[in-house]
Amino acid sequence: MSISYYPGCTLKTKAKNLETSALAAMAELGIEVEELPRWNCCGAVYSLADDDLIHIIAPVRDLIRVKERGHDTVITLCSMCYNTLARANDLMKHDEEKRKTINMFMDEEPDYAGEVRVVHLLDYLRDDYGWDKLKEKVKVPLAGLTVGPYYGCTLLRPREVALDRPDKPTLFNEFMAALGATVVDFPMGTECCGSYQVLGNPDAALKVSYDILNDANQHNIEALALTCPLCDYNLGRRQNLMRDKFEGVPEIPVYYFTQLLAVALGLSPEVCHFELNRESAIGLLKDKNFLKEVPA
Amino acid sequence: MSTTNEGSGAVAAKVEAKLIPIHVMGKRYEVPESLTIMKAIEYAGYKYIRGCGCRGGVCGACSTVYRKPGDYKIYTGLACQTVVEPEMYLTQLPFYPALRTTYEFSELEGKPEEIFELYPELFRCVACNACTKVCPMDVEVLDYISALKRGDIKAAAEISFDCIQCGLCASRCFAEMPQYHIAQLARRINGAYLTPRAEHLKTMVANIEAGRFAEGLNELKAMDTDTLKKTYQERELEPATAGDDWTPKDTRYL
Repeated sequence: MSISYYPGCTLKTKAKNLETSALAAMAELGIEVEELPRWNCCGAVYSLADDDLIHIIAPVRDLIRVKERGHDTVITLCSMCYNTLARANDLMKHDEEKRKTINMFMDEEPDYAGEVRVVHLLDYLRDDYGWDKLKEKVKVPLAGLTVGPYYGCTLLRPREVALDRPDKPTLFNEFMAALGATVVDFPMGTECCGSYQVLGNPDAALKVSYDILNDANQHNIEALALTCPLCDYNLGRRQNLMRDKFEGVPEIPVYYFTQLLAVALGLSPEVCHFELNRESAIGLLKDKNFLKEVPA
Repeated sequence: MSTTNEGSGAVAAKVEAKLIPIHVMGKRYEVPESLTIMKAIEYAGYKYIRGCGCRGGVCGACSTVYRKPGDYKIYTGLACQTVVEPEMYLTQLPFYPALRTTYEFSELEGKPEEIFELYPELFRCVACNACTKVCPMDVEVLDYISALKRGDIKAAAEISFDCIQCGLCASRCFAEMPQYHIAQLARRINGAYLTPRAEHLKTMVANIEAGRFAEGLNELKAMDTDTLKKTYQERELEPATAGDDWTPKDTRYL
């Protein structure tokens, strides 16, 4: 098996807890991945301007690095990286004219035509690994934990790269269910967290994030699981700010899906770096007796 | 640079190599084919007062940009290292304006965020790779910029190690970044904060401060010039083939 792993910049800094838990979990599951020896920032946001090809160069260069390794699949963890790489790949596969322009511009690299398959760990687990096999590996079922799977935008939109039905996805629900958690769907689980609006219009972003948390709370959700460092920032780290601004803000710990995976696989909490989550995150898992060993 | 005819005739007379045409800043000259660009420019009658430093390929003063006939590619090289080619069009780019921010190094803690704050334009990079393509030292410029964006200062310092600060990367940058200045900061941080301290250095400094070498230094300071010269010339040298166990005859300062 030869799979390239594309981490993305944030997973090396602010969202280390997403990477370290994922790498430990993949190793435990026997999914062999190799971090690309050379990779650049994917650009994070796919450019919507039709003729803005310069911003497609970065993700395409990463895909070429995968091809150069002789790998046919690249696995991602961050949903923004997934989206950007998958859309660039889609363009290179289907748009002959733009492919030609981009290949001509990148004349120092081998030509690329979308030969690599871009996956996210979630759809890799569903399609390649299988839920049944995953269930067998679970050592600490997350029984009694009521989780809301927060999909956000970029796993499901646009349709060309959607990992599931954008209107009624089940992928993340199935994943959490495989880990033994009680999964509760909530209407705002596929709404935008506010994303980069947090930079230009922080108040508006805060309102959207608050609405999502509130909705989760009304559905008796104890914890949110998500796949994106920016969603984690908006929904997790900004909860304290919400409290200053709005009444009755619930305390809802927010986890990366890979942290809950690692816990369910019975791995040491140290691989999850819970110190980067909200304080309540490790507390809830301790209360539920999910943690194999509690770090001092 | 200034043009001069001084001595050019004399030089030409000595050279018997075949002459080839090159174009310096758009003007055609015939120069001996085996010369470096720098020698050829001098052969053509220019005299360097800037844009030339070590003549050994390390100082970064003589970066040169050129094109070849019928080829759209931009080529670069150090004028002191690159041999002329027929019909090349060249110009030297001894300096390229690039923003170098000021910082009090001792106040830095060596965190990636500090580099991000000093050089926010890092995040304008679109990975076009023009920087790497233009680097005369074959440094993977995009790779070190990418490493920095993900906070890997050590990798950036190592990848940029061969940088000679010529500035050509900055001249081509789509994001208008001063790559070479950012890399220099990364190397400084790597050296000061990320690389393990040499323990023996600490011992040595303590020894110096304790006056371990005072006697010898005072002895040297008291010598007159001739004695000093004689002492220097007669000093004991470690033989090139000496093994690890070699020790000098005078072991007072070991």
